[in-house]
Amino acid sequence: MADYIYLIPLLPLMGFLLLFTTLGNLPKALVALVGVGSVASSAMLVLLTALEFMTLREPLSTTLYTWINVGGFSPFVSFYVDGLTLTMLSVITGVGLLIHIYSSLFMLDDKDYSRFFSYMNLFVSAMLVLVLADNLLLLFVGWEGVGLCSYLLVGFWHEDSANGAAARKAFIVTRVGDTAMAIGMFLLFAHLGTLDFAPMTAAAVSQWPEGSPTLTIACLLLLGGAVGKSAQLPLQTWLPDAMAGPTPVSALIHAATMVTAGVYLIARTHDLFLLSPFALNTVAVIGAATLLMAAFTAMTQHDIKRILAFSTISQIGYMFLALGVGAWASGIFHLMTHAFFKALLFLAAGAVIYSLHHEHNIFKMGGLRRKLPVAFWSFLIGSAALAALPFTSGFYSKDAILLSAYENAWQGPLLWGIGLLGALLTSIYSFRLVFIVFFGEAKTEPSQPAGWLMAAPLLVLCLLALVGGFIVIPVMDVFPAATGPAHDGLIAIITPAVPIVGVVIAYLIFLSHSIDISPWTDSKIGKALNRFWFSHWAMDWLYDTFIVKPYAWMAHVNRMDIVDWFYNFTADVVRFLHDQATQSQTGQLRTYAGVMVLGLAAITAIALFYGGGTAP
Amino acid sequence: MNEAVVIPMEHGLLLAGILFLIGLLGVLVRRNIILILMSLEIMLNACGLAFIVAGAHWGVADGQIMFMLILSIAAAEVSVGLGLLLQAHRRFGSLDVDQASRMRG
Amino acid sequence: MLELGLFYIAATVSLISTILAVTRYNAAHALIYLIISLLASAIIFYLVGAPFAAVLEVVIYAGAIMVLFVFVIMLLNLGQSGDVAEHVLLRPGMWIFPSVLCVILFVEIVYVLQSSERLLKGIVVGPKDVGLELFGPYVLAVEIASMLLLAGLVGAYHLGRRYFIDVRDTPTAQPLAAMSGDDHE
Repeated sequence: MADYIYLIPLLPLMGFLLLFTTLGNLPKALVALVGVGSVASSAMLVLLTALEFMTLREPLSTTLYTWINVGGFSPFVSFYVDGLTLTMLSVITGVGLLIHIYSSLFMLDDKDYSRFFSYMNLFVSAMLVLVLADNLLLLFVGWEGVGLCSYLLVGFWHEDSANGAAARKAFIVTRVGDTAMAIGMFLLFAHLGTLDFAPMTAAAVSQWPEGSPTLTIACLLLLGGAVGKSAQLPLQTWLPDAMAGPTPVSALIHAATMVTAGVYLIARTHDLFLLSPFALNTVAVIGAATLLMAAFTAMTQHDIKRILAFSTISQIGYMFLALGVGAWASGIFHLMTHAFFKALLFLAAGAVIYSLHHEHNIFKMGGLRRKLPVAFWSFLIGSAALAALPFTSGFYSKDAILLSAYENAWQGPLLWGIGLLGALLTSIYSFRLVFIVFFGEAKTEPSQPAGWLMAAPLLVLCLLALVGGFIVIPVMDVFPAATGPAHDGLIAIITPAVPIVGVVIAYLIFLSHSIDISPWTDSKIGKALNRFWFSHWAMDWLYDTFIVKPYAWMAHVNRMDIVDWFYNFTADVVRFLHDQATQSQTGQLRTYAGVMVLGLAAITAIALFYGGGTAP
Repeated sequence: MNEAVVIPMEHGLLLAGILFLIGLLGVLVRRNIILILMSLEIMLNACGLAFIVAGAHWGVADGQIMFMLILSIAAAEVSVGLGLLLQAHRRFGSLDVDQASRMRG
Repeated sequence: MLELGLFYIAATVSLISTILAVTRYNAAHALIYLIISLLASAIIFYLVGAPFAAVLEVVIYAGAIMVLFVFVIMLLNLGQSGDVAEHVLLRPGMWIFPSVLCVILFVEIVYVLQSSERLLKGIVVGPKDVGLELFGPYVLAVEIASMLLLAGLVGAYHLGRRYFIDVRDTPTAQPLAAMSGDDHE
């Protein structure tokens, strides 16, 4: 029945092994065929699985083997496909396939072509394991795998040490989250005795009353892991720097898939979070705060990829907000639509950068509307979806989130207000980007636009970004029925209207230049605010001053610590004794003869006086 | 020579011991290789003396036979030792045994 | 009685000449004193009833081995310079520590020997008896001794060679030939 599910992550893994063991030795066409083909075959298997799921309407599961069996702890390697997993699988393999096709042309001139595809395949395989896992431990395996691949791919052009530093930053910051998640897993296992999702939920429901401290702590720890991987407050500083990797990497990992792993984790363990209202509210607060911070920051940036990176942080904040208010299905729906339009935006940005010979600064671009038509329309559609303009896919998902937020029992209107402000800023900065880059006078001349291997995925993603709002994701059986958002009058009118207002504002400021904001931006407060928002609310400075520098200072002060001192002391004692002992090696015959006589005298004395044998 | 010999065996052995120690003293003190070899001969001779005295105490020929074997050892050792002495003299230019200290340290 | 007196006289001569042999600066003088000591030992051998050993002592030890020493001293041909060098090499302060060690050993020997008082039987073991023992129980020892002498012979021959005779075949031995002290050939 579900026998081929294990092939879904296995095929990209085999692609990775094949490409990694033959690095640089295969012709580029073959490398592209293997790299794209493995993901394509996974996509087809996902399609088959989807058909089977649709007909059977019940979750599929398959167990491969028992991984560990120690003292009552025996997690299996088993895969489980329900509606949530199916949605994630489709997104990963579908969008992943389009990005692989795109990058087969984008990375063609790179000398490490096969290394790139091997890492991408490994990433897809790890991500598929993550979403297919039936227990937290196997999920964690996939979690770590995507973290590794993120490091490898962000630091892909490792000859430049800045890329290596960015990769390390990404890895270390997410590691902090991973540690929290591991401790949370230990806590859950210690109390519940199992890490499989269904038995864990049942045990938790029976064992803990609602709001128990242990459960809250465990949920907060899991949230810590999600926050690290999904670049939310306070662990979001790595994502903007991770733009040092190639653009397809940013599209796949840092827009569509890896950063959504945290959202998937919370959705998967939603029963635990439902038992702990405090943890759930924390999720919502984190989402709201992050989306606002990132939106302000995105407005001041001038690197095209960094704008999109902060936009990603902000949109994932929306997903966290959705999960936090109990709108689980809306959160996952926004995950899917976000994958479409964010991948579209990143790939289009890649096309722009490619044609402008790696120019990233938007103030050096302009007037590309006629020269790069495919990129222009992709950006336009993508930005429209991002801003949630009516009838785009983003509109449906973001609206659902905001309306559900309003209904929340704890702080509904406040969260709705924050989300609305964020939507306004989103449309402002995304259309600021569109107007500056594609309108106005050209400051850099582009070369030929790229070929059809890059254009075709863009077109497909444009289509999905427009009509993706009508896809119904099959998660009804997974999540508890959310209270349908009330479509009462004023709220339901304001919510879709705000993004349109944002577009108008952006038009007036950046295109027609009717509103002159220079009195505000040139004032002292304006400049200070600009610097503050540009530096991402000084988060990097904060971490540097309060964590990195003290740690480095402590390491420097402690460089000859007690352990080192002990080992050095031991070595020094041995060396000293050796030097003393060496003095007996004079190399002279008479010394050795004298020592022999001394020994003779001693042994004779011992034999005579203590021998106890034949006394004379 | 007849049965009334009254030499105490201990005195003979004591003499052998003292001669041995004198030879040992010469080995430890002298730096001239020839003198060291000579002191070794003194020590060997003292051992032979001890064997003869002991054999005479028991009245068997074994003491003399051991003495003869010691003699052959001494002969072989002296030949080889003097050959080494000549080589050392050629190499170091002097007869000082302390010159041969490359095993130092 | 006569033998006891002769024994003590010969013992005294042996002791004194050995002490003198060890303490001389001139190697040839030390050698002569050593020969005297060996002759005194021969007399002691004869007195305790081992005439064959006495003869062997004189003929082989004093007659061959000491002569070998004489040959080598003559071969080195050091002369006055050897005497002067010896004054540098031997200083009085060097006697102290070895003397201490030897005194300790002397004390131990005396301690071992003091307890009993046995007199030697006056049996004379002549050459015939020795010969019967040699060809009887000790024939293996004789063979081994002859192998030892062969080894000594070969070793002495090899060590006495001069290396530059080999140098014509193996150039690597060249540095050894240019040594100070190669004066005769």
